[in-house]
Amino acid sequence: MKKIFATLLALCLLNTASFSDVKLGIILGFTGPIESLTPDMAAGAELAIDEVNKAGNFSMGKVSGVRADSTCIDSSAATAAAERLITSDKVNGIMGADCSGVTTAILQQVAMANGVVMISPSATSPALSTVEDNNLFFRTAPSDARQGQVVADILKEKGLKKVAISYVNNDYGKGLAASIEENHKAAGGTVTISAPHEDDKGDYSAEVGALAQAGGDILIVAGYLNSGGKGIIQASLDSGAFDLFFLPDGMIGESLPKDIGSGLNGSIGTVPGTDSPGAAKFGDMATAAGFKSGPFAMESYDAAALMLLAMEAAKSSDSQAYKGKIMDIANAPGEKIFPGDLKKALKLISEGKDVDYVGASAVELIGGGESAGNYAQIEVKSGVNETVAYR
Amino acid sequence: MDFLNALALITNYILLPGFTYGSQLALGALGVTLIYAVLRFSNFAHGELMSFGAMICILFTWLGQSYGISFGVLPTALIFLPIAIGFTAIYCFFIEKFVFAYYRRKKSDPIIFLIASIGVMFFTAGLIRFIIGPSDQNFNDGVRFIFNVREFKAFTGLDEGFGLKTSQAITILTTIILCSVLFVFLNKTRTGKSMRAFSDNEDLALLSGIDPNKVVLLTWVIAGGLATFAGVLYGLDKIYKPFIFLQMLLPIFSAAIVGGVGNPIGAVVGGYVIALSELFVTFAYRKVLAYLLPESMEPAGMMQFLSTDYKFAVSFIILVIVLIVRPTGIFRGKTI
Repeated sequence: MKKIFATLLALCLLNTASFSDVKLGIILGFTGPIESLTPDMAAGAELAIDEVNKAGNFSMGKVSGVRADSTCIDSSAATAAAERLITSDKVNGIMGADCSGVTTAILQQVAMANGVVMISPSATSPALSTVEDNNLFFRTAPSDARQGQVVADILKEKGLKKVAISYVNNDYGKGLAASIEENHKAAGGTVTISAPHEDDKGDYSAEVGALAQAGGDILIVAGYLNSGGKGIIQASLDSGAFDLFFLPDGMIGESLPKDIGSGLNGSIGTVPGTDSPGAAKFGDMATAAGFKSGPFAMESYDAAALMLLAMEAAKSSDSQAYKGKIMDIANAPGEKIFPGDLKKALKLISEGKDVDYVGASAVELIGGGESAGNYAQIEVKSGVNETVAYR
Repeated sequence: MDFLNALALITNYILLPGFTYGSQLALGALGVTLIYAVLRFSNFAHGELMSFGAMICILFTWLGQSYGISFGVLPTALIFLPIAIGFTAIYCFFIEKFVFAYYRRKKSDPIIFLIASIGVMFFTAGLIRFIIGPSDQNFNDGVRFIFNVREFKAFTGLDEGFGLKTSQAITILTTIILCSVLFVFLNKTRTGKSMRAFSDNEDLALLSGIDPNKVVLLTWVIAGGLATFAGVLYGLDKIYKPFIFLQMLLPIFSAAIVGGVGNPIGAVVGGYVIALSELFVTFAYRKVLAYLLPESMEPAGMMQFLSTDYKFAVSFIILVIVLIVRPTGIFRGKTI
C-alpha cells in the first residue's frame, strides 16, 4: 500500500513538474456553478499555447499551461490555488480567474502581492474597472457597465420607454440592473420597478405580482436561465403580467426558449459576441481541436495569446517587464492578428513591427485594460435564439 | 366596471394562486398533523416525502411517455399517481420499520423521534438527489390553461383579467375531494375511528383490542399518500426541484400549528390562512386602489406592505402571533 502510494505521489510530481521555459497558470472554476463552461474555456487558452509551441519562433522556448480550480465562488480556495500556481509552479502569468468575486480576491491577495500579470476572460463586474491593480490586471471580457449601455440603446431603438427590471439578488444581478437603470434613465426612459428575486425557489407568483402592478412595456430579467430567471418568465406568462422580455447574457442559452415555449417569441436579448472574421476562424480551430467554441472560450484564447505576445514584445517572461506591452499588442496601430496568425505575429514582433491583436473576440482594450465589449443582439424567433445584429 | 377590474386583478394575483398554494400546503400539513396526532411526533422528513413521491411519479411519467401513454388534456402524471403513492407508502413502511419502530419499542421521548426524523429527512434528500439529480424537472405535459388572461379579457371586455391554469383547477378540486374522503374515513369508518381512539388515548385503545401496529402502519400509508399528492400537485403547478421541499417545511409546519396541530380541519384551514396571507401582505395594491378610489386619490407609490423578499417571514410572523395569543391554534389542537 505504501509503495503504491509513493509511486502515485511520484507520478503526480512528475506530471506537474514539466520542463517548460514559460508557464501560464489557467485558473478557472472547474467545479462549481459554471463548471459546464470552464472545460471549453481552458481548452481555448491551451489552444493558444499549443499554437505558439508549434510556431517554434517564440524566443523564450516552450510554453506550458498549468490548470488550477478557482471554484468560481469560494475565495479562500481560489486564492490558495493561485498561491500554489505562483509559489510552487512558478507561473509567469495567470489566465483567469473566471467569476468576478474570486478574480478580485486572487488579484488583491495573490497577484498584486507577487507581482504577476492576470488576464481574466470572463469577470464582468463593473467594480473591476476601478480596482487598484498596479497595472497587473486585464480582461478580455467587457464590463457589465457596457452591457447596460447596449441594453439601453436597444430599448431606445425599439421605442420601449417604460421598463420593469427583475434581477437576481447577487453581485452580477445588482450590478447589471443598476447599469441598465442608469443608462435607460439617461436615455429618457423610465424604470417602473427594479426588484430582486432569489434563485432556487419553486414559486415566483408573488414577485411577479409586484412587477405586474408596477407595469411596463417590457420586463428585463437580469438572472440565470436555469434558475430564478426562468421562474420569473414562466410566472409572468402564466399570470399575463408581461409578454415581452429582455434577456441579458445570463439568460441566453438554447434551453430557455425550449423550456418556455412560444411565449418567449419576440423577446430580445444581448450576449457577448462579434461578427469579426476571428470568431468564425476560432470556431473552426476549436472544432479541429475537439472542443466547442462555447461562451468565453474565445476570450480565453485571446487572454493567453495576448500574454504570450506581450512576453515576446518585452523579450522577457517577467510580469513587471511585459505588463506594459499588453495594451500595445491589443490595440492599433499595426497589422491585424486573427486566431491562427500567432506565428506571423511572433515574427512581426521580433522584427520590431507593430501588431494589432484582434483575435477571436475582436479585442480592443480600453480604460485600465478591459475589453470595449462587442455584443450580439438576440431575438427569439419561433423558439430559437437568433442573432439579428452586432453592437 | 372598475370594481370588477379590481376584483379580476385580485383573483389573478392573490385568490387563485393563494388557494392553489394553500391546497398544496393543506395536503402537506394534513400529513404532518396526522403523524403528530397518532404517532405523537413532528415529522421533519415530511417535505422530503413529498419530494420522494413526486420523484417516483416523474420517473413513471417518463417511462409512460416513452411508451406513448398520454392523458389527453390532463397531465400524464395523474395516471401514475397511484403507483407513486404505492412506492411512497412502501418507503414510509421501511423508515417506520428500520428507524421509528426501534424508538417506539423503547418508548422514547417525542424529541428523539423528531431528531430521528431529521436524520430520515437528510437521508431521503440524499437518496432523491442520487436518483433524479438536483436540477429541476418540468413534467406537466397537459394543456396549460383552461382559459388565459387574454381570452378572459376578450370574452368579458374588462381591462384586467385572470387566467385559470389546468394545474390550479386540478389542485383545488383534488384537495376538496381528498379532504372530504379523509374526514369521512376518520369519522365514519371503523378503522378511522380506531385511529382516532389510538390518538386520543393509546392505553385505552390497546385495552379495547386495537392493534397498534396496524394503526401505525395505516397512518404512515395515509401520510405518505397525502405527501405524494401534495408533492405531485406542487410540481405540476410550479416546478419540481429537490431543493424547495426543505423551504416548504416552514409554511407546512406553520399551517399545521396555526390550525391546531393534530386537528385535520385545522391543518386545511391553516394551509389556506398561511398561503393567502403570504400573498395579501406582499402584494402591491397600486392598480387595485387606482380602480377603486376616485381619480384624485390615486396612489403614487406601490402600496405594498412588505417586499416579496419577506414572503417566508409572513408564515413566521403568523406562527409567532398564534403561539402567543392562542397556543393551541385556531381549532384547538394539542399544545406542543
